[in-house]
Amino acid sequence: MITTVNAQQRSGSSPMAQSPRSPSSQAPYLTVSVSDPAKMGNGVQAYISYKVITKTNLPEYDGPEKIVIRRYSDFVWLRDRLFEKYKGVFIPPLPEKSTVEKFRFSAEFIEMRRQALDVFVNRIASHHELRQSDDLRTFLQVDEQTMERARSMEIGIFKKKPADFMQIFKDVQSKVSDVVLGKEKPVDESNPEYEKLKNYIFQLEDHLAEAQKHAYRLVKRHRELGQSLSEFGKAVKLLGDCEGNALGKAFSELGAKSEILSIKLQREAQHLLMNFEEPLKDYVRAVQSIKATIAERANAFRHHCELAETIKFKEIDMNKLRLTRSDKLAEAEREYEELKADGAEATRKFERIVKLMNEEIVRFQEQKTVDLGVAFHEFAKGQAELAKGISEAWRSLLPKLENCSS
Amino acid sequence: MMGPETNKYPRGKRDEEEEEEEEGEERGSEGIHHPLYTAEQMQTLALDDGIPFNGEVSTSKSYSNYRSAMTTLSSSAAEHPLIPPPAIATTPAVSDPLLFPSHNPSPDSPSYADVIYSPFHDSVPESNGNGEISKEVKISSPGSQSSSSEYLKISVSNPQKEVESSNSIVPGGNTYITYLITTSTNVLDYGGSDFSVRRRFKDVVTLSDRLSEGYRGVFIPPRPDKSVVESQVMQKQEFVEQRRVELEKYLRRLARHPVIKKSDELRVFLTVQGRMPLPTSIDVASRMLDGAVRLPKQLLVESRSVVEPQDVLHPAKGGRDMLRFFKELKQSVVNDWGNSRPLVEEDDKEFLKKKEKLWELEQHLTNASKQAESLVKAQQDMGETMGELGLAFIKLTKFENEQAVLNTQRVRAADMKTVAMAAVKASRLYRELNAQTVKHFDTLHEHMGLMLAVHNAFSDRSSALLTVQTLISELSSLHSRAEKLETASSKIFGGDKTRIRKLEDLKDAIRVTEDAKSCAIREYERIKENNRIETQRLDGERHADFVNMLKGFVTSQVAYSERIANEWAKVAEETSKYAKESSS
Repeated sequence: MITTVNAQQRSGSSPMAQSPRSPSSQAPYLTVSVSDPAKMGNGVQAYISYKVITKTNLPEYDGPEKIVIRRYSDFVWLRDRLFEKYKGVFIPPLPEKSTVEKFRFSAEFIEMRRQALDVFVNRIASHHELRQSDDLRTFLQVDEQTMERARSMEIGIFKKKPADFMQIFKDVQSKVSDVVLGKEKPVDESNPEYEKLKNYIFQLEDHLAEAQKHAYRLVKRHRELGQSLSEFGKAVKLLGDCEGNALGKAFSELGAKSEILSIKLQREAQHLLMNFEEPLKDYVRAVQSIKATIAERANAFRHHCELAETIKFKEIDMNKLRLTRSDKLAEAEREYEELKADGAEATRKFERIVKLMNEEIVRFQEQKTVDLGVAFHEFAKGQAELAKGISEAWRSLLPKLENCSS
Repeated sequence: MMGPETNKYPRGKRDEEEEEEEEGEERGSEGIHHPLYTAEQMQTLALDDGIPFNGEVSTSKSYSNYRSAMTTLSSSAAEHPLIPPPAIATTPAVSDPLLFPSHNPSPDSPSYADVIYSPFHDSVPESNGNGEISKEVKISSPGSQSSSSEYLKISVSNPQKEVESSNSIVPGGNTYITYLITTSTNVLDYGGSDFSVRRRFKDVVTLSDRLSEGYRGVFIPPRPDKSVVESQVMQKQEFVEQRRVELEKYLRRLARHPVIKKSDELRVFLTVQGRMPLPTSIDVASRMLDGAVRLPKQLLVESRSVVEPQDVLHPAKGGRDMLRFFKELKQSVVNDWGNSRPLVEEDDKEFLKKKEKLWELEQHLTNASKQAESLVKAQQDMGETMGELGLAFIKLTKFENEQAVLNTQRVRAADMKTVAMAAVKASRLYRELNAQTVKHFDTLHEHMGLMLAVHNAFSDRSSALLTVQTLISELSSLHSRAEKLETASSKIFGGDKTRIRKLEDLKDAIRVTEDAKSCAIREYERIKENNRIETQRLDGERHADFVNMLKGFVTSQVAYSERIANEWAKVAEETSKYAKESSS
């Protein structure tokens, strides 16, 4: 569940616990929070570090509370490891790396990132499978040097960027359409429900991206309206000074109200950004993560199919060898057995992905209904309050205007 | 006053009578009166003289009676008593030489001398005691005053292409657009209740020019710009429509102005069928020629190079006023760079203070106008983006519903639809609000535009002052020349015939110049008074207009914000179940 700023108040939901807080409670709990961003280092090397606070009574963790310092690349490490190990699970998405240099250290960006990271870790901690991960424990417990070592080890092996996921999926797609070579049979699962799901996911991303784009523009519009209202207020105040008497005062009041409303608009813009636009963006990221999982499933399927092919050929070879009573038979038999084991493993892996995905999609849809519902509620609340504030501010001017025309 | 022998027109006597009447009123009252009468007269010259003119007689004595070159009517004289013309009280020394045939350049125009309208004696005064016109309702019908039932409704419509006939070297001729101007009125002067004429933009320019000559010192609403675009663009629908709107606005503003609405120029413009009988200002050729004809005469006979009294009633332009133009130019240089102060200068401290304040106001108005524009744009953008967001969510809703596998998707789709509908409604409300805001802020733009009229009126004043100063210098140089001559000729026993004649000529010139000086001073005072009255009127109007603007703006903001708030409150209510679920 996604909430606002402080996730410390949220419970890490384990199947049995309701809202355990005290360490003395029997029910197991795991709550995490990401907070206190701080700028570290100088110049090009500078980065932001975050405090990650873990509160738990799980035995695998040392102590009821642990505080560690992490940076963005540590979160990326965790995401990548989980992605490798928990194929089929929709790994919670990370906020994007910032491409624009000057934006990297702006307060707004840092706060948005902090919030997204907090949500990320909490989703992992509340996921039935993911929360049991060793990597999560490592991430939450080890000191910074160990973390750094672990992180640098992964470079080149597991380091995958979101762009890479897309590339994998594109490869899968191109392989699917690559019937030219003949031996590359279409590796489509030919599962109509799954096809429908894939279509749904792809189209959903487009729709969501559009909605998110307009949501972001709406934030900008609020800022712009606030800005021009402020300028207008200043201009009107000057005009009032010229006029003098009751009209002049009315103008001054108008100017003052305009300034007040300008501030309200800026605040609503910020509120919209954090509580409406960001959840939409998060939704888009989640869909992209699902696409990565789809790619993994396609990989697994292809692997399973290839092995099945290879096993068939191997069987034929083996039988040939049997007939000719070749002394290579024993070796061939051994290889065949290995292949069969691999094949079984590949099939098992694939089937596990399918099972997980089926559970995940249900979880995902339900989660998203709630997430969006919250976002919608915040949106409507914010807009209602803003509009009410505007009408009240202007209303208070009316009696003064009545005085003018006497 | 006008001697009967010079008075060819039956009106003259009536003029006299009316003047006396008004004078009586004038002296007794303390109110502010609109100086409806202008001292301007059209003096485009015909090279061939002797054309019996059917305009007015212009004399120095009755110049203050003048409305415009076009009419001899005395309409509404009673309701707009003029600033008491000093001519009534004093008798100028010379009368005859000052008679100057005025020429109506449009040969086929009707003779207004023949048209006699009954003087509009019993109209309801249009201004209240303070000379202020209060406007209760902002968008009132043009010309309606608080205490009057008069109206003058104008509309501009039906643009049509017409071809410039003959004269053109280009075969097929120039095309231009004419507009249908329909007027409906109950003003008695108009002699009818409904009129319909066709005019082109050039005619409007002419009207505007004649008004600014005839109503110096008055804040005359500025006319729409001449646009410097190619003829292709001129024909385009958009341009023509834009111009139509501007013309309508302009004419309605004229009809609302308490002084201008009574002008003959406007009435002629609105009512006379066929070619508009106002002299066009582009008569430069004849004026230039005129000037050229006079110039050598003026140069040769230097003592005759006087400024005639009737000349001072309008600013010196090129053409026939060439010499005077240069004299005044010289004077202005002397004013600016000379060591001594001019003998007469702007000493009205109130005026100077007021002028400063007005320029300050202009600055702030311009700024406020600009900010209002960007505010309107920001509101517009907000409405648009909100609408786009709504549409995006509607698409999403449809999509989720069509593709729904799980029930939770349908629930989400329903939530989305609620938000989408509210966003679309809010978008519409923002846009409606904006349309109203645009109308309200129009007031700012209007008053900003009026500042131009104020500039013009104030520069009428300064150019009239310059004329006075020039004449004073002129006089002093004439006097000193006369003195020199007198001293010189007294030394010669028996006198010198040439010198004596020269002296007499000089004395004549002095007399004429003295008269001109008096005229100029009176003109200057008249313009000053116009300025004062108009400034007060404008202040009052502006005050009322701004109050209305503020009220309108604030009221519509309140109304629409409340409606928008209600829409979103409903959605917040319907999604409140999610609020309970999320802690914090």
